Amino acid sequence: MVSLLDIIGPVMVGPSSSHTAGACRLGLLGRGLVSGTPEKAVIELHGSFARTGEGHGTDKAIAGGLLGFRPDDERIRTALEIAEKEGLDYRFEKTALGEEAHPNTVRMTLDHAGVQATLTGSSLGAGRVLVTEIDGFPVEVTGSFHTIVMTAEDIPGSIARITGILANHGINIATLRLTRKQRGGDAFIVIECDESPGEGVRDEIRGLDWVRWARRLDKVSGA
Amino acid sequence: MYKSLAEAIKDAEASGRTLSQTALDMESADQGRTVEDIREVLGRALGVMRGAIDQGMVGDLYSASGLVGGDAAKLRAGPPGPLAGTAFRDVLARALAVQEVNAAMGVIVAAPTAGGAGVLPAVLTGLAASKGFGDEKLVDALAAAGLIGAVIAERASLSGAEGGCQAETGAGAAMAAGSATEMLGGTPAQAGHAVALTLQGMLGLVCDPLGGLVELPCVFRNATGAAIALAGIEMALAGVTFAIPVDEVIDVMGEIGREMDVRYRETAGGGLAATPTGRRLARERLYQIKRGG
Repeated sequence: MVSLLDIIGPVMVGPSSSHTAGACRLGLLGRGLVSGTPEKAVIELHGSFARTGEGHGTDKAIAGGLLGFRPDDERIRTALEIAEKEGLDYRFEKTALGEEAHPNTVRMTLDHAGVQATLTGSSLGAGRVLVTEIDGFPVEVTGSFHTIVMTAEDIPGSIARITGILANHGINIATLRLTRKQRGGDAFIVIECDESPGEGVRDEIRGLDWVRWARRLDKVSGA
Repeated sequence: MYKSLAEAIKDAEASGRTLSQTALDMESADQGRTVEDIREVLGRALGVMRGAIDQGMVGDLYSASGLVGGDAAKLRAGPPGPLAGTAFRDVLARALAVQEVNAAMGVIVAAPTAGGAGVLPAVLTGLAASKGFGDEKLVDALAAAGLIGAVIAERASLSGAEGGCQAETGAGAAMAAGSATEMLGGTPAQAGHAVALTLQGMLGLVCDPLGGLVELPCVFRNATGAAIALAGIEMALAGVTFAIPVDEVIDVMGEIGREMDVRYRETAGGGLAATPTGRRLARERLYQIKRGG
């Protein structure tokens, strides 16, 4: 459903909603993935991001997102200098992710506090983004909600346990999707929440011995 | 939100409301937010629009490549033409101002998109200034503009990569024309004709920026788009009607966009981007931008 406020907005630093605002949101999602400003970031740009990114400030916008700047933050203009001051060691590379990849795609490898994470995401236009891969797992995260992504053993009652943890913390689920490649194989779970789950919730979920991997991504869009 | 402008106009007329009120009521029902809350968000957007216009009018901003910038100030203070001193010239200056700020990585409201962000604030604030209207009327107008944009998003497209420039500056002009017509006292039906009369003049417009960057001709397309919107407003308020219903004009804009060759959809493969000079400038100025500038 199209909202009037999606049309009159977002408020953003120019020049391009896809190459600047969307790129910034992907940087913010990367920051969320490692829970802070990374010390090291290898940022690979694909397609139109690689070809016209510099003129659109895509590099500044992604670095700004990694620093925690939102798309309307004018510090994006000088984000590369700020990154150097704040100890974010960044490197931009051009890459080719294949014909299937959306023309505005970025792959980030981020290091923070001893943890490394990778994220691949695309900017779809009008500032909308889609994260398609985290740590090698295929996902679909839009950043319109606070999101938890995880893989878990495919056992009965897993969803009940996880939703129980969320309920105990007063977190309302907006959407929940469970997929698996085969019966008894790993289940891949994406939960979009109305409230931010917090690191405590993430750690409680990670503490379940049948959860292989869990990540939390805070919301990056919406008025 | 509505998927048909004709339906929104019918609802507005049946209940004696304006298109703005109709849009606000529908958004409130859709999103579970109060009308006051929605108006407040629109009010903040208006503040950003005014800020961009003020910033761009100074004339000291240039894009990363240096290819655009400083032209809004020429219209504000440069030599007079036949339209000197008119709201028309002021609107052109405001459209350039917003888009120059956008190209220089300043803060704008993407309404409907960053590339087409100049038309709506230019037309609305320029005409409001000439009539002495305050923010209240402008916030109403932004709601009506949002409704028109939402219908275009639903039935056609708001993306240059999908539908050419008609989908960005064309949509911006349509939104500006309909909302300004109502702001100036036109009926919902007249606002609908203003949208149709404006959009018919933008049909087929390609998206062909040099090097694929939102600079040239985007900055100028916003000014000429605003001029077409002013023509639509003037005709609609004079009682001119357009025989093809507005929803059908929007539909055909979508159809033309889908049929448009990919060279003309933000790929820098055709149009002005592919002229000998366009290619040379892209090579010399756009692909060689130094980091951290």
